[in-house]
Amino acid sequence: MIETVFSVELAVGETLLLQKNRISGGSASRRVCVVTGTHGDELEGQYVAYRLAAELRARPELLDGIVDIYPAINPLGINSIHRSSPLSDLDMNRLFPGNRDGNTTEAFIDAVVRDIAGADVCIDIHASNIFLTELPQVRINENAAAELVPRARRLNMPIIWVHSNATVLESTLAYSLNALSTPTLVVEMGVGMRVTPAFGEHLVLGILHLMDHMGMWGEKIHITPATVVGQDRRVAFLNAESSGIFIAETRVGQDVKAGDRIGYIADPVRGELIETVAAPVDGLLFTIREYPVVYEGSLMARILESRG
Amino acid sequence: MKRKTLFTIDTIYRQPLAVEGLYFSEGPDAAPAVAVVGALRGDEVQQMYICSLLVGTLARLEQEGRLAPGRKILVVPCLNTFSMNIGERFWAVDNTDVNRMFPGYDKGETTQRIAAALFAHLRGFEYGVHLTSFYQRGNFIPHVRLWETGYEQAQLADGFGLPYVVHSTPAPIDTTTLGYNLQVFGTQAFSLYSRNTSSVHEKSAHRALRAILAFLAERGVLLPGSADIPEAPPDPAYPDSAAPVHLHEDALVTVLSERGGLYFPAREPGDRVNTGDELAVIRDPFTGEEKERVHAPASGHIFFAHEGNLIAGHDVCFRMIPDAATDPSLR
Ligand SMILES: [Zn+2]
Repeated sequence: MIETVFSVELAVGETLLLQKNRISGGSASRRVCVVTGTHGDELEGQYVAYRLAAELRARPELLDGIVDIYPAINPLGINSIHRSSPLSDLDMNRLFPGNRDGNTTEAFIDAVVRDIAGADVCIDIHASNIFLTELPQVRINENAAAELVPRARRLNMPIIWVHSNATVLESTLAYSLNALSTPTLVVEMGVGMRVTPAFGEHLVLGILHLMDHMGMWGEKIHITPATVVGQDRRVAFLNAESSGIFIAETRVGQDVKAGDRIGYIADPVRGELIETVAAPVDGLLFTIREYPVVYEGSLMARILESRG
Repeated sequence: MKRKTLFTIDTIYRQPLAVEGLYFSEGPDAAPAVAVVGALRGDEVQQMYICSLLVGTLARLEQEGRLAPGRKILVVPCLNTFSMNIGERFWAVDNTDVNRMFPGYDKGETTQRIAAALFAHLRGFEYGVHLTSFYQRGNFIPHVRLWETGYEQAQLADGFGLPYVVHSTPAPIDTTTLGYNLQVFGTQAFSLYSRNTSSVHEKSAHRALRAILAFLAERGVLLPGSADIPEAPPDPAYPDSAAPVHLHEDALVTVLSERGGLYFPAREPGDRVNTGDELAVIRDPFTGEEKERVHAPASGHIFFAHEGNLIAGHDVCFRMIPDAATDPSLR
């Protein structure tokens, strides 16, 4: 059933809606929330929202509990290719937990948090940005690792990245909900402005698998085990030292050896290759730059170091 | 005056981003006294303009020998020429906000590197003044803001002579601002808010210039008697305040719209209002019918006013300083 969680009048002849699709079955009161579209330029979660709802509807007899799907936390952004909320030009994932007495966007976010709080688990799906392609991964704040890593292992994502706490991340949806004792897992996968169905299918299976372990889904599903990145130091970052056009020669999911060429930066004006980008360590390439224009500092790749 | 390129960032197809700083009272024995930073964002035209007024004034005072020797001043009018030249508020490539990147990281993403490079030039100054703008579009009473970091010496803010000093408890997102990080790294930092942002407002620009000069004089960076200059005359619209009102941001009263529509404000920043006074009318955008009258929930002064002819429902029309907000214990 499609429910309107929050609505507010826009200036001219339109109402802004926060919608969710509530699918329930059986008699259990356990609740899973699947959230996406906080960043309007990230669309991988659209596929997951569609496919998960379709799976649940096709086999309602297997469901025992409630699944709430929120496909668009930033509906105006998704409709206009804006990463931020077009009303404020601010990243909505830096405004949580919102503010009931704040402006339109802050009140909208407050409504999101109030509606999800109390769920047994929440999955917040992101799709990197338009610059980088990510291998599917779950990102977890080290403060919440003990509680979240066991759940993340069930999600069928190849990488679980436990990262150190940064104060600024305390304004995210995941941090705010975890602080309210609603376990929330952040999935990053694919690339902005595109849909990668293979990644989406992995996650749909993972969500059903997690639900099975919660006693909400009556089907055994086999998943692939995840590698847990223990600390930030086990990830190598490759940032551009020159500005130019980055040409990638590797894809996410490839194993690389130290010294292997990942790609290069070209200067089209002079017709010169200005920087060769090589892997500094052995490991799994799990991030690669998709958008070719780079400045000094632009991230080009991330490598998950092999166990040394 | 010495004009220096503080650092550059290369790009393809555009000239390098070259961030310029203007130094005064420089010399081998000069101690870094005051750093003034203007536009970190591409729409902060008023903030850059105020810096240009300051640079012109300081250049003249320096020629006339009215700057205190050995007290170095740095003015950085614009960090983000790249965005300003194409009408963008945030970093032109990835829409990140440099004022959410401090203290920066010299091995990180481009805007982290820009923040780190600027911060390296600002560190060590005794005082910092950041001319900045608010995350909501609108106009302000000119005022000083400071972050409550535990390091702040709030009474120093009185030196600007502006009527209000607003204290803010930093939210997580604020810990990456320039002002917060200057404070944490040992500079007494103040954010100066002018009336508006994306267009020049002469009166409030000159009021800001007057405030900065007053602060420089108070801190002994100008020689005595040098602050009162023809470029920044007293202005009855924005009177000097010998004893500014200190208040906490949480004491401000927010006045929200309920409906969306065409927006007709009746009051401006600085106006005195009483409980129940009409502050704005919201009309149906097609028929002109009145949808809502917005009233003052308290007596006090208008501090912030929404800018624009349209408004959404549940948006901030005004923020007010209620008469009860003053907190002498904050000074
Ligand atoms: Zn995202």
